[in-house]
Amino acid sequence: MSMRNVSILAATGAAFALASHAQQADDAQVPRQAAELPQRLEGTGERAPETVPRSSAEEGAEIDPAAFRFGLGRRASGEEIAAVDIDVMPDGHGAPEGGGTFAEGEELYATHCVACHGADLQGVEGTGGVALIGGRGTLDTDAPVKTVESYWPHASTLFDYTQRAMPFNAPGSLTPDEVYAISAYILGRAGILDKGTEMDAATFAEIEMPNADGFYRATRPDTGPGEAPDAD
Amino acid sequence: MKKDRFASPRYGVAERRMAEALVELEAQALDPPTEETCACKEGMFPGLSRRSLLAGGASLGGAMIAAAAGRAQEAPPGAALEPVPEDPTRVQGQPVLSENGYGSRSQFESEVRWRYPTATAHTSWSMTPLASGHGIVTPSGLHFERHHAGIPTIDPRAHSLILHGMVEEPLRFTMDDLMRLPAVSRMHFIECSGNTLTEWEEPTLRTVQGTHGLTSTSEWTGVKLSTLLEMAGLRDGAAWILAEGADAAVMTRSVPVGKVMDDAILAYAQNGEALRPEQGYPLRLLLPGFEGNMQIKWLRRLEVSDTPYMTREETSKYTDLMPDGRARQFTFVMDAKSVITFPSGAMRLPRPGYYEITGLAWSGRGKVAKVEVSADGGETWEEAALEGPVLDKCHTRFRLPWVWNGEEAVLQSRVTDETGYVQPTLEELVAVRGTDSVYHLNAIQSWRVAGDGEVTNVHA
Repeated sequence: MSMRNVSILAATGAAFALASHAQQADDAQVPRQAAELPQRLEGTGERAPETVPRSSAEEGAEIDPAAFRFGLGRRASGEEIAAVDIDVMPDGHGAPEGGGTFAEGEELYATHCVACHGADLQGVEGTGGVALIGGRGTLDTDAPVKTVESYWPHASTLFDYTQRAMPFNAPGSLTPDEVYAISAYILGRAGILDKGTEMDAATFAEIEMPNADGFYRATRPDTGPGEAPDAD
Repeated sequence: MKKDRFASPRYGVAERRMAEALVELEAQALDPPTEETCACKEGMFPGLSRRSLLAGGASLGGAMIAAAAGRAQEAPPGAALEPVPEDPTRVQGQPVLSENGYGSRSQFESEVRWRYPTATAHTSWSMTPLASGHGIVTPSGLHFERHHAGIPTIDPRAHSLILHGMVEEPLRFTMDDLMRLPAVSRMHFIECSGNTLTEWEEPTLRTVQGTHGLTSTSEWTGVKLSTLLEMAGLRDGAAWILAEGADAAVMTRSVPVGKVMDDAILAYAQNGEALRPEQGYPLRLLLPGFEGNMQIKWLRRLEVSDTPYMTREETSKYTDLMPDGRARQFTFVMDAKSVITFPSGAMRLPRPGYYEITGLAWSGRGKVAKVEVSADGGETWEEAALEGPVLDKCHTRFRLPWVWNGEEAVLQSRVTDETGYVQPTLEELVAVRGTDSVYHLNAIQSWRVAGDGEVTNVHA
């Protein structure tokens, strides 16, 4: 970073420092754009040290470091957990309410997915969008093609990943119904899920992915005279 | 020398496209079309460093190089451009704090990370310039990166970590809470399991930055994750922990509880200061010796379970396809690996003479026990000196004096770790894995020194 940029940043930081101090913003109530420079100490003009971190625990919490009770942190509420607990496991655990069909998914795919993954679901060159279907029977050849259809062992992963990271230009923007529908469409095009089936939380345990048995845990290291195999 | 390097059907369309672009980009970086090619071939280090030196030398006639020199004068990233006096003993230097209180590097140093040319710059990776590194610490600004949805900008005051699932009491921590808990500082390497993935079938990239630049070492400071699990209390049957990031990929990996209780760290600092944004600011998971992808950055959530979560990154990616069409899953540990960083690919030794061969060795299973170096393609080996301290799951610097007689040589290094594991040859590795597993290529690297001093990447 050039000195000029540093100066601008410092000036910005100072402006925000004034704003945040005026409002006594100790927590994140006021969105900041940057940290303020450390204050000058009276008398010497030294830079003040960092503020001592505060505990979010209630005052009077029992403290016994030897028993891992530090009076730091607090119980997470059900609401706080629900706000971030978005994962879906292979048996459908964690899957949200709702559902969607192949037909609904076809329309949504054309809106949200086709630009990168293509109408043929083979990925569009230059976008980073990968092929989603095809490739069955290629994994043990010299030209393996890894797609949701040929490689992914669990349908839950398709839902989970789409929900958390797709579409690339607006991640996290799809509703559960939309993610169910898009999943139903991709799995339908892959010949894995009947096109008439509505996909919902109960479907995950029923879907048999073609490569479900294609994974195993290896003993490593796999060359030379090592002695410590993976402990998992 | 244009050649269809990735014609093999083993490369998928996307891999081939990326690899071709990568080779192209590296070639451009090594031989910039606007620069006379002989200039950077004289010295031992190609490219940008050499150009900076030339620029410095061109300024002898004037006090202000920007005015005096015909070449474009810009401060390299991380540096500030100052006038270069004819005689630094006859003028005052820059005043104290002219850099506003946070220093910068010399304007004559220009090592930079180098981005793999993926289709978008948001899901991509950048590599550490190992050839110009010294010692074992990677400067924070040169630590390799791998991002799946860009680098989020997170105010630590607005960030929290939630720990829930199979625990007695679900907990929520602010960054303030975490920074008050008992802390540890440890030196560890992080290596992407995709490091060296271009080299399975034939020598492909030309520099050690390209072939091995997805490994870096830092001192990491933070809270042991076991401390938080003790606070929350693990329930019977707890076996896996999902770690989740707050980036736009909401990156997730499942980690065995055993590993977490052993040595996992929730790191908030790197090399003595807060994490860099691209390293997970304000909080990342550190799993010493495990593949980089698992060491979730921008960590926001930990959920304890009895089974793995089977996220995208542990099923469709980061699994190793074997010749029989089945894939290894949960290949977490980074096996021992070493590479000579000097001399290395795309350098040119100016003339026969004394050179100190040096490089890095590391193991995800513990300490480096021994590094041997060969100058004849593995026919004979000599033990290199290890620069102390030799630390657990950390880059270790090795050195061996060498007098180059001007004849062709093939330089290799081979590490043995404290478990007795010996770094394999590529042939030995391919015999077990085939060439489609993508990840975990830890074979011996060969650099050929030609009679004219040119150093190239070869399979020997």
